[in-house]
Amino acid sequence: MRRRSEPETQTAGEAMANAGEPTNADERTNGPAPANRRRAPLSAGARAERRLGWALCAPAVIVILAVTAYPIGYAVYLSLRRYDLRFPDDSKFVGLANYATVLTSSLWWQALAVTVIITVISVAIQFVLGMALALTMHRALVGRGLIRTVILIPYGIVTVVAAFGWRYAWTPDTGYLSGLFGDATPLSSQVWGIAVIILAEVWKTTPFMALLLLAGLALVPEELLRAAKVDGATAWQRFTRVMLPLMKPAILVALLFRVLDAFRIFDSIYVLTAGAYDTRSVSILGYDNLFTALNLGVGSSLSVLIFLVVALVAFIFVKGFGTAAPGGEGRR
Amino acid sequence: MATIASTPGASTPGASAPGTTARGRRPSGERTALLGWSAANLLILGISLVPLLWLVSLSFKTPASITDGSFIPNEWTLENYRGIFGESLFTRALLNSLGIALISTVLAVVLGSMAAYAIARLAFPGKRLLIGLALLIAMFPQISLVSPLFNLWRQIGIFDTWIGLIIPYLTFSLPLAIYTLSAFFREIPWDLEKAAQVDGATPLQAFLRVIAPLAAPGMVTTAILVFIFCWNDFLFAISLTSTEQSRTVPAAIAFFTGASQFAQPIGSIAAAAVVITIPIIIFVLLFQRRIVAGLTSGAVKG
Repeated sequence: MRRRSEPETQTAGEAMANAGEPTNADERTNGPAPANRRRAPLSAGARAERRLGWALCAPAVIVILAVTAYPIGYAVYLSLRRYDLRFPDDSKFVGLANYATVLTSSLWWQALAVTVIITVISVAIQFVLGMALALTMHRALVGRGLIRTVILIPYGIVTVVAAFGWRYAWTPDTGYLSGLFGDATPLSSQVWGIAVIILAEVWKTTPFMALLLLAGLALVPEELLRAAKVDGATAWQRFTRVMLPLMKPAILVALLFRVLDAFRIFDSIYVLTAGAYDTRSVSILGYDNLFTALNLGVGSSLSVLIFLVVALVAFIFVKGFGTAAPGGEGRR
Repeated sequence: MATIASTPGASTPGASAPGTTARGRRPSGERTALLGWSAANLLILGISLVPLLWLVSLSFKTPASITDGSFIPNEWTLENYRGIFGESLFTRALLNSLGIALISTVLAVVLGSMAAYAIARLAFPGKRLLIGLALLIAMFPQISLVSPLFNLWRQIGIFDTWIGLIIPYLTFSLPLAIYTLSAFFREIPWDLEKAAQVDGATPLQAFLRVIAPLAAPGMVTTAILVFIFCWNDFLFAISLTSTEQSRTVPAAIAFFTGASQFAQPIGSIAAAAVVITIPIIIFVLLFQRRIVAGLTSGAVKG
């Protein structure tokens, strides 16, 4: 049995913690790489290389930070102030009052619950369907290329457009699906509204999940599966005992991507229900607060809270499950 | 790319069919398997296409028959398409969408290539921090930026302008660009550059004739992914614009009111949706191999 000869993978957290001090991980992973002069005092060439590296990355870093770090800081500042867009001159420092307003409001907790429900259910369905699709593509006798092409169609369709497609499918009198449940109008009740939102989300993003899992599936050595088969493992055992453990890094990355992406769901809900019938996600709530209630102070404290929740989820994935940073060290 | 495309060894017909090597039964078993796979393909094809086909159908229906709920239009008309192309609300939005997405794409690929080249080829401290940062940004909840950017953009006067959308698009597409490009750049045999120079090429020639052609596929892939991302965005488009001047198509669709005051906008919305979807679909189908490679390049260790 062949063991994969990769160096142990590193998590994003570790990667960031080690960022300052150069290690020799690069040489290890890149094989016989050039530029192995780190241990010696820096030569002029190495210094020039560093400078070039920084210079080349600087523009991208500046753009990224200018539009994320600074606005988030600004959002923190705004969230501590009373700031109603209708009375901009009346703005003043109010401490944590905005947070108190949000955290004691049932709207926030409901939106959070709806978002979590949508995220958990849709990612769970995506995972199961995506895995089925990935296995299908991996094993397909005919049409492997066709399926891979076809499942890219949902990816290529603008989310808003797809959402309109679903909305008109369920609209009473117009849609081909509207008669499916008798007189029920799915888009005007909370449970059915959320179900349709999840359906739209699953339809749109399962392909992405399937492709990530398919790439992970390619890492499972065929010999290992054959060996397990010879040893008498059933198909299910081969799947759960051999494939899944080997695919774990790919699965975790795919889940992390999908969970955080599903958490910020906005487009489909905006089109399908506009947040009516208590189907608001946190993103919809934040948007409404800014553009309907025109309350920049409370809107900003929502922004900060959503950011904190997302950061917490990412932290749990990286530290708790050991999800490795995609594109980080540890690849070829 | 190779990791996905090539598993030619996998010829077992289905994981749950043990011992299909009994000679006599093989042809019929294979035929059943083929039928099964074809059925699966058809099912997936249908599910993937239905919402789009429904919009296509709606876009060809007349106002009178739009509520008949029939999947195939009973009366066909091009009126919806004529309507939206006669309205500046849509044509201007199409121009905005194209311009904003193209400019963002070019900038993201240029800046992303510089950073990805550094990450793939140069040794410098801070590299991992950069990769970690890119990961964080890729996951960033966009709504958290909408409130502060809305206020900032109004203060510095770029609210409701192209540049006001290009900047956030750039921010969110750069991490994607950097991942994808550095994954592609790692695969380039950079020694060829030196070899070409030894053979008498100038550095510029070596770059243009040897390295650029090798780097081009990765850059094209990245450009497609970034373009789709910008083309797809809705949240920034409705939050940071307020007029036709810079509203993109997804945002404009949400503000459609129909050809006349009394006409249902369903037909117009469907037609507009079809117009902005078909080119992307064609693009995606043409470049599917590359898109698959690009989408999965950053996410899987191989």
